[in-house]
Amino acid sequence: MSKNNSEYLINRKDNQYEVVIGLEVHAQVTSESKLFSSSATKFGAEPNTQVSLVDAAFPGMLPVINEFCVKQAIKTGIGLNAKINKRSVFDRKNYFYADLPQGYQISQFKDPIVGAGRVILDMPDGQKEIGIERLHLEQDAGKSIHDLDPQSTFVDLNRSGVALMEIVSKPDLRSPDEVSTYIKKLRSIMRYLGTCDGNMQEGSLRADVNVSVRLKGSKEFGTRCEIKNVNSIKFMQMAIEYEANRQVDLIEEGKSINQETRLFDTKKNETRSMRSKEDAHDYRYFPDPDLLPLEVSDEFVNTIKSDIPELPDDKKRRFIDEFKLTPYEATILVSDIDTAKYFEEVLAKMGKNKDIKLAVNWITGELFAVLNNKNLEISDSPVGAKNLAILVNLIKNGTISGKIAKTVFELMIDGDKDPQKIVEEKGLKQQSDPKALEAIIDKIINDNREKAVEYKQGKEKLFGFFVGQAMKASGGKANPKLINEILKKKL
Amino acid sequence: MSDITKQSLSELVENIKSKKLSSSEVTKAFVERSEKSKELNAYITEDYANAVNKAKKFDEKPNLDLKLPGIPMAVKDLFCTKDLRTTAGSKILNNFVPTYESTVTQNIWNEGAILMGKLNCDEFAMGSSNETSFFGNVQNPIDKNLVPGGSSGGSSSAVAAQLTPITIGTDTGGSIRQPASFTGTVGLKPTYGSCSRYGIVAFASSLDQAGPMAQNVKDCALLQEVISTYDDKDSTSIDFKRNEYSKELTKDIKGKKVGIPKEYRVDGMPKEIEDLWKKGIEYAKDCGAEIIDISLPHTNYALPTYYIVAPAEASSNLARYDGVKYGFRAKGENLIDMYEKTRSEGFGAEVQRRIMIGTYVLSSGYYDAYYLKAQKVRKLIKNDFDEAFKKVDAILTPSTPSSAFKIGEKKDDPVSMYLNDIFTVPVNLAGLPGLSIPAGHDAKGYPLGLQIIGKAFDEQNILNISYAMEEKINFKNKINDWWIK
Repeated sequence: MSKNNSEYLINRKDNQYEVVIGLEVHAQVTSESKLFSSSATKFGAEPNTQVSLVDAAFPGMLPVINEFCVKQAIKTGIGLNAKINKRSVFDRKNYFYADLPQGYQISQFKDPIVGAGRVILDMPDGQKEIGIERLHLEQDAGKSIHDLDPQSTFVDLNRSGVALMEIVSKPDLRSPDEVSTYIKKLRSIMRYLGTCDGNMQEGSLRADVNVSVRLKGSKEFGTRCEIKNVNSIKFMQMAIEYEANRQVDLIEEGKSINQETRLFDTKKNETRSMRSKEDAHDYRYFPDPDLLPLEVSDEFVNTIKSDIPELPDDKKRRFIDEFKLTPYEATILVSDIDTAKYFEEVLAKMGKNKDIKLAVNWITGELFAVLNNKNLEISDSPVGAKNLAILVNLIKNGTISGKIAKTVFELMIDGDKDPQKIVEEKGLKQQSDPKALEAIIDKIINDNREKAVEYKQGKEKLFGFFVGQAMKASGGKANPKLINEILKKKL
Repeated sequence: MSDITKQSLSELVENIKSKKLSSSEVTKAFVERSEKSKELNAYITEDYANAVNKAKKFDEKPNLDLKLPGIPMAVKDLFCTKDLRTTAGSKILNNFVPTYESTVTQNIWNEGAILMGKLNCDEFAMGSSNETSFFGNVQNPIDKNLVPGGSSGGSSSAVAAQLTPITIGTDTGGSIRQPASFTGTVGLKPTYGSCSRYGIVAFASSLDQAGPMAQNVKDCALLQEVISTYDDKDSTSIDFKRNEYSKELTKDIKGKKVGIPKEYRVDGMPKEIEDLWKKGIEYAKDCGAEIIDISLPHTNYALPTYYIVAPAEASSNLARYDGVKYGFRAKGENLIDMYEKTRSEGFGAEVQRRIMIGTYVLSSGYYDAYYLKAQKVRKLIKNDFDEAFKKVDAILTPSTPSSAFKIGEKKDDPVSMYLNDIFTVPVNLAGLPGLSIPAGHDAKGYPLGLQIIGKAFDEQNILNISYAMEEKINFKNKINDWWIK
């Protein structure tokens, strides 16, 4: 589907290399309690305050599946246009680590809850489909803290047992930009669904990145390396860029690439070998005998289906059809659920006879600028949807000019003030009385006779001068449209 | 009343309910006898003072509507008991005191019973003679230096020696039925999913099941009635309609079809066992049962299958004992070194052997050949039983291929030790209920047991058959209190 004009290639003397990327995204399920226990999952709690006997793997403790997490996974699967497997199995992935109390992680290995699906990316040169291989549920581990004490490691089990969805893509991604768009799209879909908050700073979304390279046009995949646990889009892009170049250099030098797991060093901006394929853990996966296979009925899945909100792709289509937005505008407005919500709320508050384009421009222009400057999410916008709608309507019905509106907007930011009131209190209402404006203009023409003559002789540039003078004389409040009309008549 | 400890559970309950005996009298009697019986080494942890106090409290305000009113009881040390040390017979849990109670024991206390202490067992229930316990051998009250069976060896010894009127064990491959058979007592392994596994130290999750051990079938039925409840804390617990086993108990088994599986006639089976089995068939006939020859063709593969499945699950279940969170920890240079030292010093040889077997059969490259194959065979074994139960209501076999052996006799021969479970293991693999009743003695005067296997959830039926046969067999245990000076 994608056109080739923005292809990401790595160039060497005689060769061009294509980069092949697949992602394993770990998304924390939005849920009050953990996957197999009733402990809380709040971020930032005091260490080891959200730990049950099950999470700490006390003798005789047994896991019991949290039905809500299962629903969340199925919901996400539906959002990824994926096959929902009515029977899935929880397996044990066995390895020893201090922050893994059971000595195994409960995960889904052979039979995941969600099978193949797809995600559509809006790239500058068109749409691209990325295949989803599977989504499975698993437990998170605890956290080892190595830097609190020179001798000891501390362990915080608050995360132990928290539900994660691992979303595995097909190796369909070809550039750092596609990876960025893909992650943002996944995040967007999950936020629409309410299944993952997508907060990368809090670790709710992180990814293992599989990178390989091959000569452009080759059909074979190269040997891949897996970069573990990258927790920001920027780092993912940097890691891919570094890793792809490293692999190309090896090939150019006639060396081979070792299949291995690597770590991205964010300080040095490079990837480092963590362990080779030979040293890979033998996880001894086997079905967890404490849990029966997970079976869901058609009815169960259908109930969840009926609860799926409008997702970004559908919303975008609707925005284009219903509101006549450009695809570009629609993409921006649907990318984040809160932005889309804000936009639709503004439209609703604007009532009939609304100027949708004007609203779009104000949201993506002035409002986004303020949010950017203040580093705020739209959900914390200092200007609410209702007041922005009023402001846009004031422009549309000629009460204030676009220029005055900017002044009003500045005043609205502090405390989400009603623009109508600001206009009244500050006397910013546009002068649209033709007689009053005629009086102003007559005076200006009188005071600038020479320039008026020049204009009449053909110096048309001077028209702007007269408009400016008239605006100035009205204190910026004159209706620009009327001024133009009157000036044309009088000059 | 000097003969309190000789009374059965049912008699004690009756006497307490009719106020002929107080809980204190009963509790003191069993505590006294337990104290005089230290040589049996049946207890790992004694809680006598608390038991006597609880009995006193019970008597102050006795609730006689309960099923086990003020009855003292010691339980296998695999059940987690709140505020009382729970070791699973292992050094690695030597200092472990749970803050929680297993569902099965909670059910027992809810019916008025009083905990006397924790009974010895093979380490993590891995053994058939109680010789793998970190806390030492247990003596069989039948004879000095005789094993009481295992893994519930402390339990079988304590019931046979009347240190506790009744007890509970756990059975993964025969750990209730084999020790019951070795001590002349009754032991029931319920259907998988009948009793909650919550709070029981896990050995092999897909096989583990708690069950009652008693002096007679009626007591066994009463305790099964108490411990079997649906529990949403155990995902493998099954919500089925449970009988009031003791109330519905009947000796009328006329017309019941009892199957005799030809494959249980194993090579080298002692003649005594063969004879016992024949006698058992006659008893069943006498009770009005119809005897039918059946075939369980995959019986031969049960033991090897069990010794793949059980260690595989155990190797993973025991990974949590790593010295990090609770239990024994050895000092190490670093994390890996600490793990290695903790687990080398904390686990005994048999447990280590099974962890290694389990780790091996789950390893990539071996998984398909061992674990996966074993799961397939397990299915076939279950199918065998399903087929057989289309024709019969129950199956009668010997409980064990021999009577109890001497301490040390098989200690260095694990395969010979594993063969002890040959008749009991298929029942666990198929998830069925199985019950061992004492049915006779061998030439040495040691007890021998018969096993009655039932359909899933059909505990009532095998209890009834056992109840009927018990009367005909009229077994008397030959115990002379040799350990009491």
